[in-house]
Amino acid sequence: MADDSVFSAQTARGLVHGIRRGAHTAREITEEILAHVQNTNPDINAFITIDEEGALTAADAVDQKAAEDQALGPLAGVPIALKDVLCTKGLRTTCASRILDNFIPPYDATVVTRLRQADAIILGKLNMDEFAMGSSSENSHFGAVKNPRDQTRVTGGSSGGSAAAVAAGQALMTLGSDTGGSVRLPASFCGVVGLKPTYGRVSRYGLIAYASSLDQIGPFARTVEDAATLLGVIAGHDPRDSTSAHVSVPDYLLACQRGVDGLTIGLPTEFFGEGLQSDVRDAVMQGVEILEKNGASIREVSLPTAGHPAFAIAAYYIIATAEASSNLSRYDGVKYGFRDEAESLIDMYVQTRSKGFGAEVKRRIMLGTYALSAGYYDAYYRKAQQVRTLIRRDFDRAFESCDLLASPVSPTPAFKLGEKLDDPLQMYLSDIYTVSVNLAGIPGISVPCGISAEGLPIGLQLLGNAFAEETILSAAAVVERELAL
Amino acid sequence: MTYESVIGLEVHAQLATTTKIFCGCSAEFGGDPNTHVCPVCLGLPGALPVLNQNVVELAMHIALAAGCTIQPRSRFLRKNYFYPDLPKGYQISQFQSNEEMPLATGGGVDVPTEDGGTKTIRLTRIHMEEDAGKSIHQEAFVAAGESLVDVNRCGVPLIEIVSEPDLSTSEEAFHYLTSLHQLLVYTGVSEGDMEKGHMRIDANVSIRPVGETRLGTKVEIKNVNSFRNCQRAIESEIQRQIDLLETGGEIEQATMLYDPDRNILRAMRTKEESDDYRYFPDPDLVPLVVDHAWVERVQNQIPELPEAKRARFAEDYDMSADQIEVLTAGRDVADYFEATVAAGVQSRIAANWIQGDVMRVLNDRKVAIGDLRVSAESLAELIGLVDKGDISTSIARTVFDDMVETGDSPAAIVEKKGLVQISDAGELDGVIDQIIVDNPEEVERFKGGDQKLMGFFMGQLMRATKGQANPQKASQLLREKLG
Ligand SMILES: [Zn+2]
Repeated sequence: MADDSVFSAQTARGLVHGIRRGAHTAREITEEILAHVQNTNPDINAFITIDEEGALTAADAVDQKAAEDQALGPLAGVPIALKDVLCTKGLRTTCASRILDNFIPPYDATVVTRLRQADAIILGKLNMDEFAMGSSSENSHFGAVKNPRDQTRVTGGSSGGSAAAVAAGQALMTLGSDTGGSVRLPASFCGVVGLKPTYGRVSRYGLIAYASSLDQIGPFARTVEDAATLLGVIAGHDPRDSTSAHVSVPDYLLACQRGVDGLTIGLPTEFFGEGLQSDVRDAVMQGVEILEKNGASIREVSLPTAGHPAFAIAAYYIIATAEASSNLSRYDGVKYGFRDEAESLIDMYVQTRSKGFGAEVKRRIMLGTYALSAGYYDAYYRKAQQVRTLIRRDFDRAFESCDLLASPVSPTPAFKLGEKLDDPLQMYLSDIYTVSVNLAGIPGISVPCGISAEGLPIGLQLLGNAFAEETILSAAAVVERELAL
Repeated sequence: MTYESVIGLEVHAQLATTTKIFCGCSAEFGGDPNTHVCPVCLGLPGALPVLNQNVVELAMHIALAAGCTIQPRSRFLRKNYFYPDLPKGYQISQFQSNEEMPLATGGGVDVPTEDGGTKTIRLTRIHMEEDAGKSIHQEAFVAAGESLVDVNRCGVPLIEIVSEPDLSTSEEAFHYLTSLHQLLVYTGVSEGDMEKGHMRIDANVSIRPVGETRLGTKVEIKNVNSFRNCQRAIESEIQRQIDLLETGGEIEQATMLYDPDRNILRAMRTKEESDDYRYFPDPDLVPLVVDHAWVERVQNQIPELPEAKRARFAEDYDMSADQIEVLTAGRDVADYFEATVAAGVQSRIAANWIQGDVMRVLNDRKVAIGDLRVSAESLAELIGLVDKGDISTSIARTVFDDMVETGDSPAAIVEKKGLVQISDAGELDGVIDQIIVDNPEEVERFKGGDQKLMGFFMGQLMRATKGQANPQKASQLLREKLG
């Protein structure tokens, strides 16, 4: 299906180079890919909003620059789409929720500003789990996203539209957000590269918050190199985000060439235990063997708390929902978004929020409200923070002896649409290998490492110490090159 | 039974920053509704707060002035509740608990006592927070059943100054508020403009029989907007509680609103209805770390405080106790006084002028001394003209009014209006001769021993010279001629 689009098969570097030497124009690229989006979206449902006019205007501006021999940005003419959790000035931003169905932000998220400065072409906004809450991209006011590799299956979530759009050739690269695995899981399920940067690496300004201490914006791309290029554009300190780090941005593209010779890669025992499907394990070990063959040494490590689902999943769902319960208070029908008119203020609140939010969002708001309530705070929120500290220590200890950790992204490949919708706890376990990474704030990638018995993509998760995205990219590039999936 | 009251106050003061606490919007009072806004203070999806360093600096100023301890690490928390004028659904504030510290703790404010001594009211803490917006229900332009929201005030920086329950009377509460206000304005931390709502007060009031050590049930009076109203509200509440206990009733923990027009308290909510604010650390903000060097730098910037200034004025200058109060009430007036003295004026004369004519003009015109068109140097120049004998004190007062009006220098006004005092004997001689000719009867009586008529002759002389005669010279010449 991806072959329907000529340009989307290229890399970002190739596209920019082609525009520079006049092989094609940004308008040609944009028109072609928009047509492809229009053709494929009814099946995939990756896009919530397609911005033809905005995309073509941006493309013409790039072509104008090229014609005038002006310097072109690193993403000049590159068709990009954004998870609908990122604010775009003048372009509807819904978070896949009825409550923001009609919300048009008056400002751009910092990452969007940086994309525009890099001359990227923004095609539109991508489907997702409502407010990024979910692991399958089925919890959307706009309907489920379907996996381009098998349309009877989910894309994983919550950034399902972002993964699917890349997999279906609807965009060369996309942005998603990862709070507990929301970039890595769909990347794995859809067979594309998805990177969750270190907390603080990318500004969250304009990212509609789910859980502020865990959320991080990350790139999706067909190749490791493109993911590296996109990360280089969006990373860096932002004075509008107090939690964004004052750490300089290295040349991530260069890091992709580094190789893994001399690196020590740890395999966390707990991430290869019970529940892991055997073909997933085989694919992951295939990736690990490639790294070993290229000069990395492999060793086993233990993450007693981070790897323990009873700790990691529980701490994650308490902290994430507690923050969410507060973050989502602003959707009250008073100022913007959906409002259900009522006789009294309290009725307006209740009806607006009852009808405006979907079931999973309401479930999490209630969980989080409960966890923060007087009398329960100590037992839940405080305890979860203590677990979080222990999880951080687990990773700190592991990175004393390892440069990277390797593991599966999820115990299974993409499951069937509807399969886990009625069983939230089963759904939550999809994130069993990813959530502790967000609690620790470290970076992680999902890079394709094999195909399941049913022909579904499987991702290898590579984790690094804080701000070690370069090491992650170098290893992911090796796996990608050797496997040539 | 005799009761004693136990009172603690929570004062919300608006900080004198130009911008809001978490965004770059103007913190100015007024402005058309919803014009001082941006994605951050509107609480738009995705917007993030960034702490204004200036807010921390100002809060540190008042904290250090009140002798508080600055906490090396403090955090902002979210106080969650739904209200239309609270765009995010939570207020960002600080908090004090076993594990959370506000910016400053401890310290105290001295208040005068009835017996002429002072009493220190201990502070629990000073913390920073953002203000909420304003709901508008009753204005003429609001349709019945509708409410409008103005969020200009959202994110305006506040500090909350929480006292220990050390206050025993409503009068002490009044003095505490006055002292605190003076301290806030002195340190430049707040403009302290009550009409703009720069200070709002919550009072916690309980009573207990004299001799009892346990505290009684406390009632909170919310959001009082003036010191006198606060005093009256506390008085009403104490009386209400006494009446209740005396008639066998029981005091219920409650939150009350004070209606100053009717001098009554209305119950807002009782304990059962009290909100659970679900405080937790705001993950959008990093912990606030204040190192020793920062504390020291702010400490060095703190100006001389009212108490120290009063002591120094008493020591260094020749003035009455009353004048010390007036001249140290505001830092601007004290500075003006000292600048006048520095320009060469004797302290008693400068004090008289400022307490008299300068304060009269400020009161009449309702302006601050900084807005006066007469600088301390010009005032000194004016007083210098009197000293030199160029003009009389009474002329000087009219010149002063002229200076206030025009901003011209005293010399220029004296020159322009020809007000220079007549000290020339030749000129005065002629005038006196004419007075003697015109008033033969009075001259006879004076010569006959009626010394009181001296005043009459001086009056005639001043009238004839339009007050410009040098009084000493004139009286000397009169005596010579009439003698
Ligand atoms: Zn603002």
